[in-house]
Amino acid sequence: MSAYVPGPVMVAAGCGGTGRELEPFAGPDGLAGLDFVTRSLTLDPRAGGAGPRLVEVPGGLVNAVGLPNPGLEHFLATELPWLVRAGARVLVSIAGATMGEYADLARRLSRAPGVAGLEVNLGAPDEVGAGLFEVREPYHAASVIAAVRREFPSDRPVLAKLRPDVSRVVEGARSCHEAGATAVVIGNAVPAAFPDGRAGGLSGPAVGPVALRCVAEVHRALPAVPVIACGGVRDLTSARTYLAVGASAVQVGTALLHDPTTVARLRADLAAHHQEDA
Amino acid sequence: MPVPEVRTPVHVEGEVVATKRVGAHRHLTLTAPGVPERFRAGNFVAVSVPGHVARRALWIHRVRASSAFGPTLDVVLEARGAGTSWLAAQPVGARVPITGPLGRAFALPKDAVSCLLVGEGYAAAPLFPLAERLRERGCAVSLVVSAPDESRLLSALEARRAVRSVTVLTADGSVGQRGRVADHVDELLRRADADVVYATGPAEVLRASAAAAERAGAWSQVGLEVSALCGTGLCHGCPLPVVGEDGVDRVVRACTEGPVVRGDRVRWDAL
Repeated sequence: MSAYVPGPVMVAAGCGGTGRELEPFAGPDGLAGLDFVTRSLTLDPRAGGAGPRLVEVPGGLVNAVGLPNPGLEHFLATELPWLVRAGARVLVSIAGATMGEYADLARRLSRAPGVAGLEVNLGAPDEVGAGLFEVREPYHAASVIAAVRREFPSDRPVLAKLRPDVSRVVEGARSCHEAGATAVVIGNAVPAAFPDGRAGGLSGPAVGPVALRCVAEVHRALPAVPVIACGGVRDLTSARTYLAVGASAVQVGTALLHDPTTVARLRADLAAHHQEDA
Repeated sequence: MPVPEVRTPVHVEGEVVATKRVGAHRHLTLTAPGVPERFRAGNFVAVSVPGHVARRALWIHRVRASSAFGPTLDVVLEARGAGTSWLAAQPVGARVPITGPLGRAFALPKDAVSCLLVGEGYAAAPLFPLAERLRERGCAVSLVVSAPDESRLLSALEARRAVRSVTVLTADGSVGQRGRVADHVDELLRRADADVVYATGPAEVLRASAAAAERAGAWSQVGLEVSALCGTGLCHGCPLPVVGEDGVDRVVRACTEGPVVRGDRVRWDAL
């Protein structure tokens, strides 16, 4: 049995809180049936970076949040059961400092009840993902996917989240797919800087055209690889732009910070749109 | 323990129904269906500004259960950047996306104790509805409003009904006593014989108030300025270093685990 590809609308990693903060704004069904990607989890708790963690720039945000998370134990004990009870399809984003940590995370999450799938964070901009395993080389990214895939049941999806780096993204997508990724997620925050030069990642509408180029190139080169688009998705038009160039799903991230009802609205709009087409 | 109420926030389109300049501030009255009804003192709203991804967190200054426009809420703005300037310029009838009420409200004492309320500038806004709730409980309320100068002082006239005494402090001495909160708070606390101190404003005001409370053996609750980009707990952009009940250092979100927290729980040096 092959794993399903989530979508068409998903909550992007790191932009849905623990789920509880999003639920009041998620529409009449709450999180039920929604593909919810958690913030990236590490084996040990991470406090996250010192402030300021985010700054507004024209067309988006620069962030250096630093992957704050309570660690796997706490997540399994408290946040996961809540998400499962809320009816969300929980895709756990994982980040590790070593190949072994990724494998450990995958193994333990494979046994946790209610985990619908994994998203492997392979695209955190440097500094933001300080201390993470170096996966800039497609070969290393694929090794991580293979290690995760070995520990995680084949009937559940493993998504590879890549950075929207036009020069390497096709190669990265091919390697990760060959290593067992069900789909690739493109992209992540683009390496950028705070006004004082400190390293961060740019997200929001500004990165939309960059991610779109990556999505289009990957789909053209690798039509058999499902691509999930992430970058500047905020309404029906931006979502349909990605779907039109071959994306099979979209993730909503930064737009949720501006309007927490974005996912509910987009789900309803896409459903209405499909009905019109039919 | 009080029974927890379900007060989930809503995201609605609000409308400006009144706008008034007071000194350096702009007072806006807005409709926001569902927000005033759910409000408790210490809550805030997050407002979306066109063309900006980030949102603006604003203290709720007052709610009216009914008016010609239905329930309304008031916010106090000091135009400091592009977003607050845009908001301050909105005319009556302008539509504004609003999320709220957000954040943890002030905890109210069970008994009729003496309370000192300390607020600086526009951030004194949430102390006014708090003073009314405290008075309803029979608490003796002493209010301190401070500001760098008179133009940035929130008028305490409206609060006089609810409080026993009002002290006005300005750094330049343009009105009231000259000085900063840190210079006067110990004496004010002693004079009010306060059991609880509530403070809102910049970090140094909160820190001074919490420290004075500690010295006097009083409880303190501080309302932090939420610099979050979202206000809803999603972005993790407003880290607040605290010490947990278990004595363990943690970093929580000011917007969701705050903005009101116990003053003795904040790790001020790490802020």
